[in-house]
Amino acid sequence: MIIAQKKPLEEIIDEVKDFNRLLILGCNECVTVCEAGGKKEVEILASALRMYFINKGDEKKIDEKTLERQCDHEYLEEIRNKIDDYDAVVSLACGVGVQFAAETYLTTPLIPGVNTVCLGANEDRGLWTERCQACGSCVLARTGGICPVSRCAKRVLNGPCGGSTNGKCEINKDLDCAWQLIIDRLKALNKMDDYEKIAPIKDWSTDRAGGPRTVTREDVKI
Amino acid sequence: MSDLNTAGNLEKVLKAGHIGVTSECGPPRGSDAEEVKKKGALIRDYVDAINVTDNQTAMTRMSSLAACIHLKLMGIEPVLQMVTRDRNRVALQSDILGAASFDIPNMLCLSGDHQSFGDCAQGQNVHDLDSMQLVQTVRYMRDEGKFLGGDAIKRPPKIFVGAAANPFADPFEIRVPRLAKKIACGAEFIQTQCIYNLDKFKEWIRRANDRGLTEKTFIMAGMTPMKSVGMAKYMKKRVPGMDVPDEIIARLSGVPKDKQAQEGINICVEHIQELKELKGVSGFHIMAIEWEEKVPEIIERAGLYPRPVI
Repeated sequence: MIIAQKKPLEEIIDEVKDFNRLLILGCNECVTVCEAGGKKEVEILASALRMYFINKGDEKKIDEKTLERQCDHEYLEEIRNKIDDYDAVVSLACGVGVQFAAETYLTTPLIPGVNTVCLGANEDRGLWTERCQACGSCVLARTGGICPVSRCAKRVLNGPCGGSTNGKCEINKDLDCAWQLIIDRLKALNKMDDYEKIAPIKDWSTDRAGGPRTVTREDVKI
Repeated sequence: MSDLNTAGNLEKVLKAGHIGVTSECGPPRGSDAEEVKKKGALIRDYVDAINVTDNQTAMTRMSSLAACIHLKLMGIEPVLQMVTRDRNRVALQSDILGAASFDIPNMLCLSGDHQSFGDCAQGQNVHDLDSMQLVQTVRYMRDEGKFLGGDAIKRPPKIFVGAAANPFADPFEIRVPRLAKKIACGAEFIQTQCIYNLDKFKEWIRRANDRGLTEKTFIMAGMTPMKSVGMAKYMKKRVPGMDVPDEIIARLSGVPKDKQAQEGINICVEHIQELKELKGVSGFHIMAIEWEEKVPEIIERAGLYPRPVI
């Protein structure tokens, strides 16, 4: 899923201070699961903003709404007849949701309330970690199911580099060395011979290097 | 390994069966070429070639290629170090041709320290290729006379291609398979991480010998003299992938502070003398970090001077 992190309250306050009528708009998908932008976080942010502005003697209209998905025009339509009641919307969706909302409501300022961090998973209570960088051409079949593109700080395809120490990455002692994990997994699969296969120079044109990516499916088109 | 691919001295010395000697010189954090020239002049007669580091520890410095050109114009043979951290395949190939245009005959292919260690921690890293793929790239440009894109190169680069190996990084069991991979990619010489743990290094070389790898590449053992017990402790604790045994620290601690630097040199000389006899060791790469003036003494005392003239 997409992992996001709440923006600091001060940053949001700075962005919204000149608007009087605000809608805090949550999303019921990834950002709910990673506890950054679901119904609960919408309530918390709305309360915090109300308190802040009341204390400043600046009472604003701050409403709350959480959609099933913001990355879907159909669900965004649910707020069409109310959108003109607001001067701005603070979206707690990922960057995709914020942009879909902005595209849908051309004349309403959209302010992101979270930073979109990565494609990852919930590894432990309060810990979300990256697993994929959407490079557009998956190498996992050759790396024991562990991704060197997203999990190695140098995205080394023939690793590990010389900085791997006690299974950890040179940039952070708390970060697993992806290549240590790959080797552990190849061993468990009894496929260590695969380690010596040289990963060819990668085609990064399917990565962000190739420009904004699209998927077109003629079989799905109406 | 007898045919020569370059006009370089390092390749000739190693292929003639001599113990090769290289040292290194870090470019300055400024545009004064005199610093590079001074370092080069200090050690030129004691080595077969001089490595020029490429923004080591990710600190921004004068470019490795420019510093190599300064040395080359003085008649000193450089080993151009190139990391994949800062340049994509367009820039790497372009710099390889630039180096070849000055007849710089050696290159060392590296991934480079992560930028978070340096002065541009907020910068992007590139890593379009990794170090092994850079080795493949240089070999392809030289041997096939082509760019990665397939077009022919007019006057292909004549470059002796090296890679680094760290016998001490983890996991140890893949250190020799990793060496095998670098050789399979085309690494003709290997310069190792600084060696302080001789037992572990000997075990690595033994395993490399067993697989016949030392017949396929020239392994140059990396040596860095310790200036003080503080430096030894720092390298043990803070430098990723460095293995400094407690005996080294104890030995340096056992002498007065003003004698520690000399003791560090002594240790370095003793290690070279011991490893010189080891099957599979083809040479030494002496990295006296900001201590280039000590390189001649180390090389002379280790019995590696005068250098062969071929």
